Amino acid sequence: MSESAATAGQSAAARPSVPRNIAEYGVCVFLTLLGVVVLVDALQLNNNRTGVDPLGPKPVPVFVGTVLIVLAVALAVAVSRGNQAEAEAGEDIDLNQRVDVKTVLLLLGVFVANIVLIDFLGWVISGGLLFYGSALALGSRHYIRDLAISAALSLATFYGFAIGLGVGLPAGILQGIL
Amino acid sequence: MENLQFLLDGFATAATPTNLLLALIGVVVGTAVGVLPGIGPAMTVALLLPVTYGLEPTGALIMLAGIFYGGMYGGSTTSILLNTPGESSSVVTAIEGNLMAKSGRAAQALATAAMGSWVAGTIGTLLIAFFAPIVTRFAISLGAPEYFAVMLLAFIAVTAVLGSSRLRGFIALTLGLTIGLVGLDSVSGQARLTFGIPQLGDGIDVVVVAVGIFALGEALWVAAHLRRKAVEVIPVGRPWMGKADLARSWKPWLRGTALGFPFGAVPAGGAEIPTFLSYITEKRLSKHPEDFGKGAIEGVAGPEAANNASAAGTMVPMLSLGLPTNATAAVMLAALTSYGIQPGPLLLQREGGLVWALIASLFIGNTLLLILNLPLAPMWAKLLQIPRPYLYAGILFFASMGAYAVNGSSFDLILLLALGLVGLGMRRFGLPVLPLIVGVILGPLVEAQGRRALQLSSGELKGLFGGVDVATGDFRFSLVAIVVYVIIALVLLWPLIFKLLRKLLPAKAESAIEDIAHEVEAQVHDPELHTRKELL
Repeated sequence: MSESAATAGQSAAARPSVPRNIAEYGVCVFLTLLGVVVLVDALQLNNNRTGVDPLGPKPVPVFVGTVLIVLAVALAVAVSRGNQAEAEAGEDIDLNQRVDVKTVLLLLGVFVANIVLIDFLGWVISGGLLFYGSALALGSRHYIRDLAISAALSLATFYGFAIGLGVGLPAGILQGIL
Repeated sequence: MENLQFLLDGFATAATPTNLLLALIGVVVGTAVGVLPGIGPAMTVALLLPVTYGLEPTGALIMLAGIFYGGMYGGSTTSILLNTPGESSSVVTAIEGNLMAKSGRAAQALATAAMGSWVAGTIGTLLIAFFAPIVTRFAISLGAPEYFAVMLLAFIAVTAVLGSSRLRGFIALTLGLTIGLVGLDSVSGQARLTFGIPQLGDGIDVVVVAVGIFALGEALWVAAHLRRKAVEVIPVGRPWMGKADLARSWKPWLRGTALGFPFGAVPAGGAEIPTFLSYITEKRLSKHPEDFGKGAIEGVAGPEAANNASAAGTMVPMLSLGLPTNATAAVMLAALTSYGIQPGPLLLQREGGLVWALIASLFIGNTLLLILNLPLAPMWAKLLQIPRPYLYAGILFFASMGAYAVNGSSFDLILLLALGLVGLGMRRFGLPVLPLIVGVILGPLVEAQGRRALQLSSGELKGLFGGVDVATGDFRFSLVAIVVYVIIALVLLWPLIFKLLRKLLPAKAESAIEDIAHEVEAQVHDPELHTRKELL
């Protein structure tokens, strides 16, 4: 374990390590806030212990909330001593590149649009838009081909899954047409 | 052998034309999705879960078994034909496999992987059929205190043994426990962490958690770091191998199986350690040690068999105890729950027919896989060239479809998005995903068992260590619970114990360990593989 921390530290030393650390402290803040939320929520519970339930619903969330805060502190200490996250590698991942914030935000936007539109427009339209928008956000520039694939995919999944296999997907405004 | 009779009944259920067709669809779709780069077996099962929603439980499970083995096989194809392995379990297969492929022996590498997977899968499934009932018999004798202890052990094992940082493992586990708290408390009916939102009353569906963390989180993480340069795919013909290759492969297959199965069956054994052990063993025993580092077939045959046998091994605790020991098993458990089947020690008693049909379809799926994949390999290789925008747009598309289909509600898509962001953050900050998913699944069960144990002891803390003997009315400590707590303590204190051992260990043994470490290092050229070495 200490070995891995050391190698991670070395590889990170080549890059500017200060902004990475700030982000790591952000994780500590997130964990602390989450712990506080869990604790505050636990305090409103009415812990009437009974013979059937000698513990009550309160102690477990109190424990989990406390552990979240303890772990946040432990992580802060570890990070201040130079412990660095090992970002996950993968087949299509190039960790030497900077984080592509724009692509991620665009994808999130497309995803949120799908959440808002799915019940009204139905899966065929909103799912198609989700695929089309995501492909464009990820850098595809074949506008016509992408549109055709999106339409084919959303129609195929709707007919295949919703009508064929009985999976519950909404028809939306196309109700009666499909 | 009554088990044999049950297994034959299972085959009778699984071998109807409809169910065979479902197994076939599962295998084909599972392989196709599993081959896609960036999609590991766990994500394959999570993404394809909704496909099975319309089916009745038996058919759904049979299809899932096909998807499971298909996804496993697809992953190894990817790692042989691409030079950057994805999931940790196929990292070792990739070392020699990719070297073989580069030197024009891709067909033989795929053939030994396919046949090794089949051998390991078949033996592994036989072992499941043998061990699952035995473990179940033992499991039924356990009460609430023992269960509580065993589940705590599962927590500690997946958190402290796997992964490179214990601290980050525990953070992931606690996040999972927090997600598991959401919903109405099962005993008192009080709402916890629901913030007045009625849809949260039933808790967050494990399928939504799995799809969010595995699929959406991964897609967003890749999108943030997408390799702009196209990866190089090695062209491949139909897999085949000659007599010489077969002669060099069969022993590694068997040894790999023997190493993989036990590691898969214990909590946190995983596939990484047995695949590495198999690699080292084969290198030691090989008559052609000079081939290692240039593409030795033993280095593909052994680890690939170990990988598949380990996957089969995870089914034993999953079916007999309801304990997930790897990510794929966690998703399979989520699937069982979503079909309305309660996993746990009573599964084999209550749903015996279903479980044996599942085991039988593991045999069938595994064999279909071999028959299909030898001729289809060139087609799978083409899938590796799918344009990346389509691949990751497709993951978002199918993830949304699956999450929506769980309850037919767009609220689950909001949860999916939130969990996807958590998954993205976890990958960025090196938090392992397995402890989180295990925390979500087991957290509520641990609380329930702990509270039941305390109920039996009228609230006294010793209720967690044993129970009242029905016959005598005296309190008795449970041997099983005590032993499990001792193991937990050992696992937690392991770094300290290891230091002590090192001091006490004679210098000779120490240098032997270092030799092995160096040897592995010499083999592992790829810097990405370095992190795996530390597991040894």
